[in-house]
Amino acid sequence: MSRMGRVSFGGVIKEICLAYVPEAREGDWVVVHAGFALDKLDEAEALQVFEYLEQVDALNELDEQPERDAAAPPVEGDER
Amino acid sequence: MDDVQGLWASCFVPISDYPRVLLAHGGGGRLMHQLIERLFVPAFGGQPEELHDGAVLEVGGARLAMTTDSFVVSPLFYPGGDIGSLAVYGTVNDLAMCGARPLYLSAGFVIEEGLEMATLEAVVQSMSRAAAAAGVRVVTGDTKVVDRGKGDGLYINTAGVGLVRPGVSISPQQLRAGDVVLLSGDVGRHGMAVLAKREGLAFESEIESDGAPLAAPVLALLDAGVRVHCLRDCTRGGVATALCELADSARLEIEIVEASVPVREDVQGACEILGFDPLYVANEGRFVACVATADEQRALDILRSCEVSAGAQRIGQVTAHASGIVTLRSRIGARRVVDMLSGEQLPRIC
Amino acid sequence: MKYLEEYRDADAARRYAEAIRRITQQPWTIMEICGGQTHAIVRYGIDELLPPEITLVHGPGCPVCVTPVELIDKAVAIAMQPGVIFTSFGDMLRVPGSSADLLSVKAAGGDVRAVYSPLDALKLASQHPDRQVVFFAIGFETTAPANAMAVYQAKLQGVANFTLLVSHVLVPPAIEAILSAPECRVQGFLAAGHVCAVMGYEQYEPLARKYSVPMVVTGFEPLDLLQGIYMVVRQLEEGRAEVENQYSRVVRREGNLPAQQLVAQVFRVVDRQWRGVGRIPASGLGLAPEYAQYDAERRFDVSAISAQESAECISGLILQGLRKPWECPAFGSRCTPEHPLGATMVSSEGACAAYYRYRRQAAKEAVDG
Repeated sequence: MSRMGRVSFGGVIKEICLAYVPEAREGDWVVVHAGFALDKLDEAEALQVFEYLEQVDALNELDEQPERDAAAPPVEGDER
Repeated sequence: MDDVQGLWASCFVPISDYPRVLLAHGGGGRLMHQLIERLFVPAFGGQPEELHDGAVLEVGGARLAMTTDSFVVSPLFYPGGDIGSLAVYGTVNDLAMCGARPLYLSAGFVIEEGLEMATLEAVVQSMSRAAAAAGVRVVTGDTKVVDRGKGDGLYINTAGVGLVRPGVSISPQQLRAGDVVLLSGDVGRHGMAVLAKREGLAFESEIESDGAPLAAPVLALLDAGVRVHCLRDCTRGGVATALCELADSARLEIEIVEASVPVREDVQGACEILGFDPLYVANEGRFVACVATADEQRALDILRSCEVSAGAQRIGQVTAHASGIVTLRSRIGARRVVDMLSGEQLPRIC
Repeated sequence: MKYLEEYRDADAARRYAEAIRRITQQPWTIMEICGGQTHAIVRYGIDELLPPEITLVHGPGCPVCVTPVELIDKAVAIAMQPGVIFTSFGDMLRVPGSSADLLSVKAAGGDVRAVYSPLDALKLASQHPDRQVVFFAIGFETTAPANAMAVYQAKLQGVANFTLLVSHVLVPPAIEAILSAPECRVQGFLAAGHVCAVMGYEQYEPLARKYSVPMVVTGFEPLDLLQGIYMVVRQLEEGRAEVENQYSRVVRREGNLPAQQLVAQVFRVVDRQWRGVGRIPASGLGLAPEYAQYDAERRFDVSAISAQESAECISGLILQGLRKPWECPAFGSRCTPEHPLGATMVSSEGACAAYYRYRRQAAKEAVDG
């Protein structure tokens, strides 16, 4: 039988097939679909959405202050 | 453009378009409302506008509220309740939603041959406890047994009567622009408790049904002179359906704020797994109260002082726009229409 | 809930929306391919936050919507046979075929059940050896690994009374069909996050280059969608056409290899008919010869079924992003969720249903005005 595991959704536990996430360990977060864990969540990358927003806003502030150095740094996250 | 009417009125599909009754006809959504409005109401000589949780009748100078409900839940027992307590609270609450003090119930049982006697005993004991908690007496009833295979174990029908004191008039027609919409507590527990039990979802901390008698907070509001214009309990079809019914009956618009509707984390989790929207999930111990805007704080204080409505929140208000719909301000600040479900809420795939 | 609520933050959403407004200099048309994304966009009202220059169109991302009518008819025919337990994801139960849907088969006494996972269907087969259990295996690449595992386990365990009725479809051929159509107005894509979680996004790179269209792999929460849209607009404004990954907390460029491997073992690529779009070569999955005994189309004789679409339904045009739901003359009148003419009105992910449920007010104003 394929590897099954207990996954908690905000306290509600369901038995989910873990065959496709062999590297997942207890405590890891996974994306679940139709009874299967499809991928392990990369917790460091999870912050990217907010870090990107900070950079976008910072870029905007730089644009609004033309007396600052015109060579604004590129926004990170383009090469993924 | 005449076609635009189709967007607003109930879908003009003749009943004969459905040669057989579907499960959705009992789901609390649009199909059930069509069945009631097009088949039952005309046959019994009523008007669609009169539809409410119960009927209030003048009898010999007193105002009697009367209601009936049938209970077909599967499984019979679920965390936080069972078909027995459900049968008592469901009818007691329909009476409370008319502003009545619930007094007496009848209980009719349709039992499937082969049901274990211990099961029946447990259900009846539960009804006895629920009746005591609700302050009502079951005074008459009926018992039928049907062939094995024809009854899902047990069906219960309860009917109830209560008294509405003079001067209390609660119905969608009383709604006024500016009224605030108060919700008595967090939503989605009952529906998810039942569904989770059926689907075999195990819990660290179980989701329990919120089934409870609601007369106490309602009567407390009325005793304090709060101008309660309308009440509706949020059973099948959830808060969204209850509000859609009110807005439609009253021909006014109700605006709600999504972030103010309380949902517990485990209920949210169960909804995420199965792709359900908590706004549409059934409750058995929650109601909305539309009260005059000036009475908002007093009403909230009173509700919060009662155990069953301790989590009361303001979730929206009634506006003057005569659209008959419910709109919602989403978590991220944009607006959309809250529609009535067309049938049963089905689990979503993606 | 962690890793969910944070991506619904109102303040961050507002800031992303403002950022999009700042960089948008010209009109752009962007398509999203996933029904779940359509649903989220309409449910949260994300398009309301966008500047008017940005037009979002909803592509054929709802597997329910693209399943050919004749396959629904076959499902209905199989479900009506005695001794069959017909199982499916919930949404498929309401999709209309030529004359009936699966829910009405249930009302007529057929054993039709909604399940959460194909493994639940397999369990039913083990529990009811005297019945034939059929699972309606529809979906994009996202559900293929689940269905592959169910069939693989059936073979391993020797469960013989289990079959799949297969209508899997693949995203890249659909994108190519849309982009190569002469009236194509789509300038940028939000690629489906969970499809790419399984398949990765290497396959999109040649498409982005060939058609000069930026593609951003995007998640499903409001902030994911807003960031994805920002990244597409930024590429468009800068004249770039690359594949980028917004949903990096889940998606890797190579995707999920164990999942791809099992899918390749159990399925093979076939031509598929897409409802409303037509036949697209090499755009679907069918069972591989070693697993042919699990094919419901072989187990049951359904070859004589030929289908009849509603003449009025324009869901094909809607799925290709060429019309909006309220531009259909039947929308909201002859075609409603209670009485749908086509799959886009029935599926909760279908563009028409999403607009009907959430947008009747705006649609009314668009029609009136």
